[in-house]
Amino acid sequence: MTAFIIYKAIMCVGIFVLLLASAAYATLWERKFAAFLQDRKGPSRAGWGGLLQPVADGVKMFMKEEIIPNVSNRALFILGPSLFMVTAVITSAVVPWAKPVIIGGQTYDLQITDINIGVIYLLGVASIGVYGIMIGGWSSNNKFALLGAVRASSQMISYEIPMGIALIALIISSGGSLSLKTIVEGQDAGLANIVWQPLGFLIFFICALAETNRAPFDLPECETELVGGYHTEYSSMKLGLYLFAEYINMFISSAVIATLYFGGYNFPFAHEIYAKLGLAEGSAMVSLIGFGVLLAKIFGFICLFMWIRWTLPRFRYDQLMNLGWKTLLPLSLFNLAATVVIEFFRGNIHF
Amino acid sequence: MQLTNRKVVVSNKEQSLAERMYLPAIAKGMMITASHLFKKSPTINYPDVKRPIATVYRGQHVLKRDDNGAERCTSCGMCAVACPAEAITMTSGERKKGEEHLYREEKYAATYEIDMLRCIFCGLCEEACPKEAIFLTDRLVDAQFERKDFIYGKDKLVEKMDARIDVSKRQTPEVLAFKKVEGLKHNELFDAKKLNKGHKH
Repeated sequence: MTAFIIYKAIMCVGIFVLLLASAAYATLWERKFAAFLQDRKGPSRAGWGGLLQPVADGVKMFMKEEIIPNVSNRALFILGPSLFMVTAVITSAVVPWAKPVIIGGQTYDLQITDINIGVIYLLGVASIGVYGIMIGGWSSNNKFALLGAVRASSQMISYEIPMGIALIALIISSGGSLSLKTIVEGQDAGLANIVWQPLGFLIFFICALAETNRAPFDLPECETELVGGYHTEYSSMKLGLYLFAEYINMFISSAVIATLYFGGYNFPFAHEIYAKLGLAEGSAMVSLIGFGVLLAKIFGFICLFMWIRWTLPRFRYDQLMNLGWKTLLPLSLFNLAATVVIEFFRGNIHF
Repeated sequence: MQLTNRKVVVSNKEQSLAERMYLPAIAKGMMITASHLFKKSPTINYPDVKRPIATVYRGQHVLKRDDNGAERCTSCGMCAVACPAEAITMTSGERKKGEEHLYREEKYAATYEIDMLRCIFCGLCEEACPKEAIFLTDRLVDAQFERKDFIYGKDKLVEKMDARIDVSKRQTPEVLAFKKVEGLKHNELFDAKKLNKGHKH
């Protein structure tokens, strides 16, 4: 029992640190990547090649004056960013990070918890995430913040529906399990889910962009229209939490996309390569390689998120709604129907 | 009535399916941004790397000393007269005994001020100077927080003994010869020989 608690504690702390570190360096990479795309150099003064920039940013955020507007609802004003951060972090609980390790005959899953409704948990926590934005925007008592919050919530509701339907199609074609661990293991034996769900992936990816409030769906915080959007009134580390949680969200959604559609920690010819290297399945080295592969996939998706952000202009609000309700929703329903038909003929659906 | 023959009929044709999907256009746009990943950044890391400045660049002024370290300026006021921006002011002082190592001639500039906000860096002071005392250099005038700090006195203008400023690139033999050409405006105004006639030093 003690060993179990220690192992879980190590997992939680380890993943928490991984999330914070990767989000911090995602902010740096975002600026660097934007600079490369625009023929600039990006931050390069703090540390070697700008490597200490996130530290400098963090220190700056902590040192800034903390302003809470006296017309705001103080308790909710503080709750907003906290909730946003918490929901961003707890999404990581169901992601399987690597192959289970066998130590002393005991199997340790490298996953905080393998709940059998993992996918639903993901959707649920992601939709709680918008409460952080809504509470923050509403309690600021500011028109722009309120508009940003309203935009965020309606955008979230609109895009969760096609996202959910795309996931249903995915679950049908990947064998009917809602556990992320089972979904990943299914892709180890067979092909990655993207092969059977290309349209579903596209829908899910677009919705993930919208859910993480990344450009071109960053209407809740668009500077040109809403000053700062939902975090207009925020300053100091509370603003920092909002900005930071956004990068954590991006990291987690990249991890989820990689897990659901691209085989997570698996990669083609994994077993052949492990056999050639003489690595036993279940050894720590195999897990480490798998973890590295997953991180590489996550990094690839983060780059894709950034690449899109620095290429596409922001949607107009009506265009956003049109895309969500008139394009993605019918498309996801079509995808679901097509999946059912295909899976029936593949023999995966039985009546 | 047709005013020009450049009119074009606006095409309002229906978008094709590929165009309505936007994905090909998005892919095209993303390829364009991606191509910039492989382009060289034209940025120069300014404080570390500086772009070469022309040797005759007209930046912050310097009041030169001669080879013995005495100030060359005699406070004749030619630079102030030549200055189109009226940025230069000075007061004269008389050299005392024992100050020969400080001032080259008997009259010297007790104060010498250039208002760097008025100065237009035209270089006419340099051209007017009969004593080869004032030069513009390739140094940039620093930013200041207050206007009064832009009035540079002798403390900032006179070159330091331990940090002599090389103006040999500006004061080439050709330049020296040019300054001696008869009939030039500043030579007309100030002919040292004519003025000094009858005075014995």
